Amino acid sequence: MELKDKLVSSYVAFENRVETDSEVHEIRSKALQNFEALGFPTKKLEAWKYTSLSSVLKQDYSLFPNKENNIQLADVKKYFIHDIDAYKLVFIDGKYSSFLSETTHDTFDVCLMSAALVKPKYKAVIENYFDKIATKDNLTSLNTAFASEGAYIHIPKNIEVEKPIQIINLTTGSEAATLLQPRNLIVVEQNAHVQIIERHQSLTSNPVLTNSVTEVFAAKDATVDIYKIQNDDESASLVDNSYIEQKSNSVVSVHTFSFGGNITRNNLNFYQRGEHIDSILKGITIIEGKQHVDHHTLVHHIGPNCESHQDYKGIFDERSTGVFNGKVVVEKEAQKTNAYQKNNNVLVSDKATINAKPQLEIFADDVKCSHGCTIGQLDDDALFYMQQRGIPKKEGKALLMYAFANTVLESVKIPEVKQRITKLIAKKLGVDIGFDL
Amino acid sequence: MSKYTEEQLEQELKTQEYKYGFYTDIESETFAKGLNEDVVRAISKKKNEPQWMTDWRLDAFRVWEKMEEPEWANVHYEKPKFQDIAYYSAPKEKPKLNSLDEVDPELLDTFKRLGISLDEQKKLANVAVDIVIDSVSVATTFKKTLGEKGIIFMPISEAIQEHPELVRKYLGTIVPTTDNFYAALNSAVFSDGSFCYIPKGVRCPMELSTYFRINEGGTGQFERTLVVADKGSYVSYLEGCTAPSRDENQLHAAVVELVAMDDAEIKYSTVQNWYPGNKEGKGGVYNFVTKRGLCENNAKISWTQVETGSAVTWKYPSCILKGNNSVGEFYSIAVTNNYQQADTGTKMIHLGKNTKSTIISKGISAGKSQNSYRGLVQIGARAENARNFSQCDSLLMGNLCGAHTFPYIEVKNKTAQVEHEATTSKIGEEQLFYCNQRGIDTEKAIALIVNGFSKDVLNKLPMEFAVEAQKLLEISLEGSVG
Repeated sequence: MELKDKLVSSYVAFENRVETDSEVHEIRSKALQNFEALGFPTKKLEAWKYTSLSSVLKQDYSLFPNKENNIQLADVKKYFIHDIDAYKLVFIDGKYSSFLSETTHDTFDVCLMSAALVKPKYKAVIENYFDKIATKDNLTSLNTAFASEGAYIHIPKNIEVEKPIQIINLTTGSEAATLLQPRNLIVVEQNAHVQIIERHQSLTSNPVLTNSVTEVFAAKDATVDIYKIQNDDESASLVDNSYIEQKSNSVVSVHTFSFGGNITRNNLNFYQRGEHIDSILKGITIIEGKQHVDHHTLVHHIGPNCESHQDYKGIFDERSTGVFNGKVVVEKEAQKTNAYQKNNNVLVSDKATINAKPQLEIFADDVKCSHGCTIGQLDDDALFYMQQRGIPKKEGKALLMYAFANTVLESVKIPEVKQRITKLIAKKLGVDIGFDL
Repeated sequence: MSKYTEEQLEQELKTQEYKYGFYTDIESETFAKGLNEDVVRAISKKKNEPQWMTDWRLDAFRVWEKMEEPEWANVHYEKPKFQDIAYYSAPKEKPKLNSLDEVDPELLDTFKRLGISLDEQKKLANVAVDIVIDSVSVATTFKKTLGEKGIIFMPISEAIQEHPELVRKYLGTIVPTTDNFYAALNSAVFSDGSFCYIPKGVRCPMELSTYFRINEGGTGQFERTLVVADKGSYVSYLEGCTAPSRDENQLHAAVVELVAMDDAEIKYSTVQNWYPGNKEGKGGVYNFVTKRGLCENNAKISWTQVETGSAVTWKYPSCILKGNNSVGEFYSIAVTNNYQQADTGTKMIHLGKNTKSTIISKGISAGKSQNSYRGLVQIGARAENARNFSQCDSLLMGNLCGAHTFPYIEVKNKTAQVEHEATTSKIGEEQLFYCNQRGIDTEKAIALIVNGFSKDVLNKLPMEFAVEAQKLLEISLEGSVG
């Protein structure tokens, strides 16, 4: 059976497991109809021109993994940023693991979507925010239709969360192939501040497909920093859909580090509703083998006097493919917008491919918008210079690549995350970079 | 000091009228409206074409029938009704003319009003002109001078008669009949155009020029241009277009094919000034054009275009850099005003080693117009050391217009170096203030800035044409360009 049909027909089974007499369920049912009409994206769609999911969709995924899987903390500790104190939301095969997690309800909520969707206490927030900015496209609709579990984070006014929140999705692979659809909601009220680290990790070589949707609302003066670490097993594919709405004077940054996985597609969408908003989108991609990473960004400038900064660096080896599709839309009311977009790529191998499409759509006249996109190689002269001074070629290359990616790394605000990423890069490049930053 | 402001400029732009909107009352012969195989056969017969040509057209027509109009471009318009167009219209056949003195005085008057004189001035300017009215070539100058060098420059309909071997060898090799909807339509119904062949090692001593004009109402213009530059030759080719003001939307679907063999160079310049429609967006020409060139080893093709007219433009002059060390260039200024829409850009397909391409695109949007740049830079897996530089700048006047860029970059070779940059801005207050401080009034300052903005491209036009292009910019943005 085709995956689409399987999903649609499994909806009845899904309905037995969730509360159906609710507004949320109406949203789900509508989303299912929408998905039924649209189906999975194909390369014929402009947005999916360079990324084909067909190989991934062939697998026979189990939709609702049943088995409880207990994992020892020691086995998965390495996937956490463990050297800092943090709130943790850990999901194993899509199920919440209370044993590995650390939640709170003290002054703010870091808890579960499954609870938030049913408990009256959260009703107002769910009504106001759930599925409000997520687009009605195919994969997001699919996620909405089966939305039941994920992270629920609500930070009230004037609260600065003192430690980061880690959201970790683990897959054990006890089933032959697993499809996961986490659904996260992050609401940050006025003048609140939160840092979030997100990671998807497969513990098996069985195929995994994750279709994740995250909605983030940043109210006036709020600050949100999100770090996405994508260093998954080669059999795991990820479609990460993030929708971020910002109000006046808010600052939201999203850093995406893509080092692993089979096919990774990041749909990152920013909507600026207000003035003096700053949106920061940064990413480092270092892949090899047959890996495929696709960054699909949208920054929608709706209000005046806002800024956006995009900076994506990519290093592609062997037969890997990189895609960058960045779109900046400036509405005619969004005067005095400053929008910058930068995408730099290095091809290391003859077989690697890059497809880039940096796109601007501008309807306002008093704006400064620019985009730059380059594809090139490492500077041979610089490499030679280092070799002359006794740095072996391999290390020299690694240093150059590290320097190349460093502008993105510099803006990471949590030192431990920066350190972890530096180590991952060093490992990826097969060298030991003898300094910490 | 003058109080001329951008608002006033905008106002002037809005009220600016099209200067070439007259209609010449020349007796002409027009086919009945509609398109079917018989019409295609009739066109072919009218042109006395050999059988292979008729078959070629019919093949194209059959392909076209099965195709659907493309909708991916960032333009919105009412689809032309293809059965409501007359596919052949020509100034009524007169006995063959031997000299220009015998040309219909009405026609000569037309040229005068278009600013083209077929005699003195052109002799001074040293440009050979082929004039195509309603898809039929009416006059070609300087045939003799060119003939001495072995250069063939004639209407393509004559070339089919006189040099069938050359035409047959190259026609449709660069833009196949099946390429796209409008190319297929053009292949089926084109009635004329220019053909140019430069023999080995010859440097064409003068600019070759074609002037296109749509005159009749209810017709479309479908011309076909084929330029073949043999090994080591050089040619510079110019193309200009105008049409009368009409309330209907006229269709212009042309195909241009360039072949640059080893070490050859073709410079192809276009000044496109089809009727853009009135200020309410009524009427105007739909300009759906396929232009493509092929470069062999060490060859170079350079496209330069100044696009000021047409209600809707859909045009991507492309270079296929097949040979090693070949070079492709694209320089473009696209000005849109009122309700005009332009979706234009280029494709650079790098296949050979050490190939180079440069793209400079300048878009100026005013009024309620939409201006898009759409480009593709593709570096094939075997294109070692390919190099591309792209720059797309947009200038917006007023907040009712839009500027868009859709660059596609596809690289499959690690030695490639590709740079793309784009900016969007308006005329800066500081820039104006700086000029004002130095005693340059605002009107002149805006002229200066717009001129500077487009200079990279204007510089690439041949001298004679640069003047004309600047005039056109003046017409499109009058009051701003000095």
